[in-house]
Amino acid sequence: MLNYIIRRLVMLIPVLLGVSILTFSMIHMIPGDPARSMLGTKANEKALTELREELGLNDPYLVQYGKFLGDLAQGDLGTSFKTKAPVSDELESRLPATIELTLFAMAIAMVVGVLAGVISAVKQYSWFDNLSMTGALFGVSIPIFWLGLMMIWLFSVKLGWLPASGRLSSGVEIEAITHFYLLDSILTLNWSGFADVFKHLLMPGVALATIPMAIIALMTRSSMLEVMNQDYIRTADAKGLATYLVVFQHALKNAFLPVLTVIGLQFGFLLGGAVLTETIFSWPGIGRFVLQSILARDYPVVQSTILVIAVIFVFVNLITDILYKYIDPRISLD
Amino acid sequence: MSAQMDLEQNSKVKAKKPKKESSLWGDALSRILKSKTSFIGLMIILLLIVVAVLAPVLAPYHPIDDGSIIDRYQPPSAEHWLGTDQLGRDILSRIIYGARISIKIGVIAVGIAFVVGTLLGGIAGYIGRWVDNVIMRIIDIMMAFPSILLAIAMVAILGKSLTNAMIAVGIVGVPQFARIVRSTVLSIKEKEFVESARASGVKNGRILMRHVLPNCMAPIIVQATLSVGTAILDAAGLSFLGLGAQGATPEWGVMLSDGRAALQTSPWVITFPGLAIFLVVLGFNLFGDGLRDALDPRLKQ
Amino acid sequence: MKKHLFRTLLALSLLVVLALAACSGESTSSENPDDSSDQSNEEDNSSNNNDGNSDENASEGSGKDTLVFGRGADSKQLDPSKVTDGESIYVTQQIYDQLVTYEQDSTEVKPALATDWKTSDDGTVWTFTLREGVKFHDGTSFEAEDVVYNFERWTKSKDYIYYGYMFGGHEDGLIEKVEAVDEYTVKFTLKEPNAPFIQTLAMPPFGIASPDAIEKHGENYFKNPVGTGPFKFESWTRGDRIELSRNDDFWGQKAGVKNLTFRVIPDNGARFMELQSGSIDLMLGLNPQDLEPAENADGLQVFRRPSMNVGYMAMNTDKEGPLADRKVRQAINLAVDKKELIKLFEGLGKSAKNPMPPSLWGYNDDIDPYGYDVEKAKTLLAEAGYGDGIDITLYTMPNPRPYMPQPKVTAQAIQQMLKEANINVEIVENDWETHLEVTQNGEHDMALLGWTGDNGDPDNFLYVLLDKDNAKVGSAGNIAFYKNDEVHDLLKSAQSEMEQSKRAEKYKKAQEIIHKDAPWLPIAHTTPPLVGKDNIKGYVPHATGSEKLHTITFE
Repeated sequence: MLNYIIRRLVMLIPVLLGVSILTFSMIHMIPGDPARSMLGTKANEKALTELREELGLNDPYLVQYGKFLGDLAQGDLGTSFKTKAPVSDELESRLPATIELTLFAMAIAMVVGVLAGVISAVKQYSWFDNLSMTGALFGVSIPIFWLGLMMIWLFSVKLGWLPASGRLSSGVEIEAITHFYLLDSILTLNWSGFADVFKHLLMPGVALATIPMAIIALMTRSSMLEVMNQDYIRTADAKGLATYLVVFQHALKNAFLPVLTVIGLQFGFLLGGAVLTETIFSWPGIGRFVLQSILARDYPVVQSTILVIAVIFVFVNLITDILYKYIDPRISLD
Repeated sequence: MSAQMDLEQNSKVKAKKPKKESSLWGDALSRILKSKTSFIGLMIILLLIVVAVLAPVLAPYHPIDDGSIIDRYQPPSAEHWLGTDQLGRDILSRIIYGARISIKIGVIAVGIAFVVGTLLGGIAGYIGRWVDNVIMRIIDIMMAFPSILLAIAMVAILGKSLTNAMIAVGIVGVPQFARIVRSTVLSIKEKEFVESARASGVKNGRILMRHVLPNCMAPIIVQATLSVGTAILDAAGLSFLGLGAQGATPEWGVMLSDGRAALQTSPWVITFPGLAIFLVVLGFNLFGDGLRDALDPRLKQ
Repeated sequence: MKKHLFRTLLALSLLVVLALAACSGESTSSENPDDSSDQSNEEDNSSNNNDGNSDENASEGSGKDTLVFGRGADSKQLDPSKVTDGESIYVTQQIYDQLVTYEQDSTEVKPALATDWKTSDDGTVWTFTLREGVKFHDGTSFEAEDVVYNFERWTKSKDYIYYGYMFGGHEDGLIEKVEAVDEYTVKFTLKEPNAPFIQTLAMPPFGIASPDAIEKHGENYFKNPVGTGPFKFESWTRGDRIELSRNDDFWGQKAGVKNLTFRVIPDNGARFMELQSGSIDLMLGLNPQDLEPAENADGLQVFRRPSMNVGYMAMNTDKEGPLADRKVRQAINLAVDKKELIKLFEGLGKSAKNPMPPSLWGYNDDIDPYGYDVEKAKTLLAEAGYGDGIDITLYTMPNPRPYMPQPKVTAQAIQQMLKEANINVEIVENDWETHLEVTQNGEHDMALLGWTGDNGDPDNFLYVLLDKDNAKVGSAGNIAFYKNDEVHDLLKSAQSEMEQSKRAEKYKKAQEIIHKDAPWLPIAHTTPPLVGKDNIKGYVPHATGSEKLHTITFE
């Protein structure tokens, strides 16, 4: 197992290097001049030339890329062109904001998705099965940015139940320890803060969870059905164990494997999908931040942030693979 | 970005045995027509096509030229069934013309993913060795990217337009096709009929195009159908972010993004284009699902 | 199985349709008897909000001491000398003071850190007497050496954008030297007389920072700002909020609230909702559509920022083709119905006829606007040899600007109108940075753009935007590439003239020539609205785009 993990980690290096090369070349292919975006209407020729020199934009690409890698090796993510602040500063609260939203959405998707899938499989063809499967079909087809807007219209504009934007109400203080507000509020036993954070998470969380929830429900149902039709489950059934025990001990464990893969893949999807969700719910995370940085050609921010996202994504995949092995030792990891 | 990739990757679409084509597709068609859900999907798709073709006949107004600022933000009424937008244009007419754009997105974006993905996957799977390694590592790198960011970056490079958004969505879809085709090709290339073709001296390229790829078609077509829905969603998302269709184009994502400012005062402006996207995507998903079930021999029992 | 699924599907779709019918029905009815039901809608909203309020703010009661200000983007840096964006300036204005500052309701200059100043006869030496007993937030006291330190710091790098921009360079700029004569006297020596100098010193970028803090924090100073202003910096959560607290040692009127929070809510509509639900107290950047609801809503009040801007459509006079012909440009001015166009500003703006706002001295009100006359436009076009119509491009940007709340729609409306005069417009939309770049490069035929004044001097509009000095391809402020020597001479001589009335005459003359040559279609001067809760007192928005918020109290 340890060997396997080490081997996988080593294999990540070329992939991440590839990601960094791809990001670097793509962002430099974007037409336009970062110096000009920084100076805006106040640009004049002299200022532009000087600024380009200062930002190192006149260096050959290889030198620029080398510098980026070199800094990275020393743990330096670079400095934003636009704000002149270190990228790590910019990410300090934004990254946890996005991850918190993503985990929250993942939790909703898993709990609801797996539950709905299991019940649907056990009670196949029941009204619940039909309802949840129809819901799932609707779920994978809905544009989440539209769903988000409609939710805001209903729950914020019309009913006034939930806040339309942000992570926290003004005036609510949460001591930022990890920048995961839900966690921070628990750590500081700040229950009113916890409630406020939760309320803010609810709509963007549900919007973001919609598609993975639907997919997990569909997957869970179909793999449960497949497993339940296999001989050993029938045998267990025949032995007279209580039905729920059969279901949960045998079937669920086996059915969980494909579901796990989906969850791993969907985590990456969520990180990406956060761009739209964050835009709609004014969520101060990295999604919107990267989007704006790409458009402003803020090279250091884009390069480092995308790499950070890719690192998270590949590690989540690695973890799911390891879990895979843990749940079912018969699976060969090669 | 793609919701669907997992749907079919994990389920029943796996390597297919070469079959007699006619009976496979014939069976499939009759099975699709029997399934109500995929029938609905098919109907939605047909409706979309009819609306797109007959747009000038069906639309009560011109989607761009008709309307004046004075009539802006009119709620649904007898003259404007779905209301008017910020420039007083008829929303129904714009949605009807938008159907054309949606079809274009579906065809072009999925076409790109289909062609490029199939070729890459086919070559990787068939030739194997280092070629396989190189191609699949590139695919890995692409998949380590959150795909929407990849698409955004691509649009930023190519310039903001609907066409470029379609290209970006297409390229983002390449890895899924490549992976499916590769695994299918891997299982087919050792089969007898391929071996015999090779033994009789047929060139590799010809074997790939004439014998191997045609036999991978079933899973690819299912993937393509499901991808249309995703592509429409993604392109609408890009347009919503201001990266896709521009200006007065009656594209549904643009309509949503334009109407967002009036969410409080005129909610109908965003309600209907969103509903249109939802319906069309649902149509392709239902049909694709049905197609997959119909083509999957294991469900025959 | 499929049958069941089908039935459920049908039922669900039916539900959706019903729900939609219900909601569209509701909106129809709410629109018919225009005002009354709108009103009731609002009441619905606000009563909901009041419920929310009583829950959330019960503990605070009337002793509310935190003012939450909502805006569309985060600050870049809290060092005003290095930024050009309004979002940074808005916050730094609370933390820093300048030597002089603008009156609360005009761009006249009044004492701030300097209590008095005089100019030498030749206009090149300015001597300032400083206020005594002022302390920076870090406890160090403010003296003449600190002023020298700040001004010297700004000459050291190109990072101090506004310094270079306003004073024409860093080491070789307008300011020759700055000396501390004694503890509380500071002397500026200029290269040449410069009339707008004192106006410029009042600009937010020239806020005086604590030298101790700059030395102490080094590269991190931008997020640890220390000034002498009415509020002290507390914390900054990127992309989300900046928190300030009252400076109890402030030299002037102490702030009326204890805490001041700036929150980022990018979407205008969402921000307005937050205001309605009571989680913010004051906001800028209102969607035009929301203005009416805001004005009618109980518990809200609308503030107007006096206009110091202009939104315009520049016509590229430099490009070969129809627009090089003055008649065509005049025809375009005639073919646009500004009265209709200004409706898109939904009451946020007044239509413009000159390139500078009426709030500035030197504004020429005698100019007779072109008016709307399609027939005359067609005649002019025919005279110019374009009777068959022309095809031209109109470049625009996607995002709202203070001087143009809906650029996209404005472009489309202009397109609709020009069609009447047989002018076919193709709209080219680029993101903001690209838009600036391509228009500065002169790729456009016509382009939408605008300008917000820096220091309240006409020079800052006319010279920057329409002088031939600024019509350089690649870095043009003058994107009409309008080059008129007569205008150039007028503007240049106005720069070194120290007497305001004489300057005003020159600017008025220049506006006449510009009007005739029609390099622009001047569109509007906006008075950007700010919306606040009605318990806010003492708030006066300033024409320059930012103001100190210490005068605000809660009722």
